[in-house]
Amino acid sequence: MPTSNRLYGPRLRALAIATTVVLLGAFVLAAFSAPIEADQGFSQKIFYVHVPLAIVTLCGFVFAGICAVQYLRSGDSRHDLRSYTAIHQSLIFCVGTLLTGAIWAKASWGKFWVWDEPTLVSFLIVFLLYACYQPLRFSIEDPERQSRYAAVFAVVAGAFVPINFAAVRLADPLIHPRVLNTAGGDLPDGMRLPFYLAIVGIALLFATLYRYEMTAKHSRAQLRALRRRLGEDAGDGVNRSAAPRIAAS
Amino acid sequence: MSARPPATLAAARAVLAKELRLERRAPQTLVAMALYSSTAYVVFHFALARDTVDGSLAAGVLWVTLTLAALLGIGRLFVSDRDEGGLEGFLLAPVDRSALLLAKAAALLAFLVAVQLVAVPLFAILLLGPAPGAGGWLRLVLVLLLADAGIAVVGTLVAAIAVQTRARDLITSIMALPLLLPVLIAASRATAPLFAEAGAGALAGRWLAILGLYDLLFALLAWALFDYLVED
Amino acid sequence: MAPEAPAEPSSAATPRAPAARRGARSPNPTGAQGAGGEPAHAIELDALVRRYGERAALDGVTLALPAGSTLVVFGPNGAGKSTLLRVLATLLRPTAGTARVLGCDVLREGWRVRGRIGFLGHEPLLYGDLSASENLAYHARLHGLRDASARIAELLERVGLASRSADRVHTFSRGMVQRLAVCRAVLHDPAVLLLDEPRANLDPAAAELVEPLVGRSSGRTRVVTSHDPVGGLAEGDLALGLRAGRQALLAPAADVRPAQVGELYR
Repeated sequence: MPTSNRLYGPRLRALAIATTVVLLGAFVLAAFSAPIEADQGFSQKIFYVHVPLAIVTLCGFVFAGICAVQYLRSGDSRHDLRSYTAIHQSLIFCVGTLLTGAIWAKASWGKFWVWDEPTLVSFLIVFLLYACYQPLRFSIEDPERQSRYAAVFAVVAGAFVPINFAAVRLADPLIHPRVLNTAGGDLPDGMRLPFYLAIVGIALLFATLYRYEMTAKHSRAQLRALRRRLGEDAGDGVNRSAAPRIAAS
Repeated sequence: MSARPPATLAAARAVLAKELRLERRAPQTLVAMALYSSTAYVVFHFALARDTVDGSLAAGVLWVTLTLAALLGIGRLFVSDRDEGGLEGFLLAPVDRSALLLAKAAALLAFLVAVQLVAVPLFAILLLGPAPGAGGWLRLVLVLLLADAGIAVVGTLVAAIAVQTRARDLITSIMALPLLLPVLIAASRATAPLFAEAGAGALAGRWLAILGLYDLLFALLAWALFDYLVED
Repeated sequence: MAPEAPAEPSSAATPRAPAARRGARSPNPTGAQGAGGEPAHAIELDALVRRYGERAALDGVTLALPAGSTLVVFGPNGAGKSTLLRVLATLLRPTAGTARVLGCDVLREGWRVRGRIGFLGHEPLLYGDLSASENLAYHARLHGLRDASARIAELLERVGLASRSADRVHTFSRGMVQRLAVCRAVLHDPAVLLLDEPRANLDPAAAELVEPLVGRSSGRTRVVTSHDPVGGLAEGDLALGLRAGRQALLAPAADVRPAQVGELYR
């Protein structure tokens, strides 16, 4: 697709290169230069993946909620596409957060799942809620209504996240004595740089995947439009889709 | 004959009166919810192999039962309007769309309270170990009302979304349950001390605060978003 | 005031505005409310488009209908007749173009339009578990009618349902439901009627009963869909033919031959 190449290609390539460089740098620093944590040993290194994943996931959901509000205000389907793509990618990152969290829990407490880790429990609940997004879209046929309802869901779910975190955290008065504050506020000096680099790297990874999916969606829309212009059957009639339909630019 | 567009509250009263009349005439939802909760107690008796429950177990049994019964009500909330075109009938009237949200949430709240008037005493008779005193019951009523308000608002929102989908029952359940989790957490934690063996414990204010915050937040959201769910 | 109309099927891709309606488009929406200040055209459509996803159900419909006259809409199933009625009833938003009913834009002033239209679609919009009079009373409350019971009794009398007014609608035959739906549509004495095949399910005697309420003699502005070329042309002042959402025919009904309507279905 020459058009989509012109629109997205160079930036996508630059993003991918930047992601690789920053992530590699962060992980090399984390593995070799950051101090080994006394209690947990090397397994604590997963912190440099887990926490950035969690932060980026939440930012992605917030971004999706903002795009959804913009869609509801303007009716412009590009905002819906942004919201959809952000939730899609954030869901994948959310799974990553849960998996790395489980591995970390196994390494430090010997169990894959512990209920007295409120942040992780909250992530599970948030995942369960956002996992409804695709089925919801899929079960609404009219594309315009699908976008509208999905946007309402994205806004409601976005507001749900903080109150859910509050409820889960309050439910557990005995928070595990943590070596590290998840917010990273009181990190030892050697850990700070790789940690912040890892956040930037994971955010760049999110941006790359996000842009890649957007490019793919646009290309598909253009392909469909070209097919229709050629008089071919573009498959609009039979294929139900959970993804937003966008008009080819 | 004089006609003036009715105020939101007047329109909401008209819709609510219609809802209650329909339910009185053909009491499907309430009967189903009440039967469901009674059966759930029997299931819990055998599944837990316990004659009585107390403390956090009692709170858990009660809230799981009430929540699942509420799901039945949520699933049915807009069905008659969709099947019989009542939604369009409402949309053709010169009234604020929020009147429908208000009326539906009030109807759901009324259903929840009505079912709980049966289901909670039944729970005390069938399963609850130590019965709390009068003060304990009063505190339970406060928690129930705060939780019901949240369930009614979020349930109305979910029901309005789900009724337009092809898989109404599935969407209702998978969406409402996670959304209601904060209510469940707060309500069951708040009720657990009331059912404690050692006599009714104090009611933790923070749970009431969470419930109140939840009710307020989702009421505002529903108010702002409901129009988008009924317009076409 | 007869709108200019292409006698032959025209591709409506380029909307042409009838000359007569330029002066009539009064920018003053309150003019629609006063008895003397009725806009000359009860319904004005300008390049109206409604899409479902990528499919256009209405594609560039442009017309003006004088107050008090009847627009009859022809077209095969799926041509956009019901969509047109639903846009006029503010149940569907236009995707592009404008639609004005009694001088009010359906998108921006929908709440003004709603109280002044009577909509009769394929669904009766009645609750089966409520009685005939309860259904009408509910709609009367939603429309803010006070002391509606006399009006309800009178309407039920006129459509021959007075003896069944306390019975649940579930027990009614389809023709009776349709008659009750007619009562619902005219309950608030609307200035404009939007009727989707209003005589469906009605036998000739019942059709006769509802004629003064929704027929030509009701004196209201009407938009009626029809599949019957002869009968439809007889009751309309202006005929609109739709084919795949496009305006294939627009002419004074008196100038249209039934065969031209038949062309639409081919």
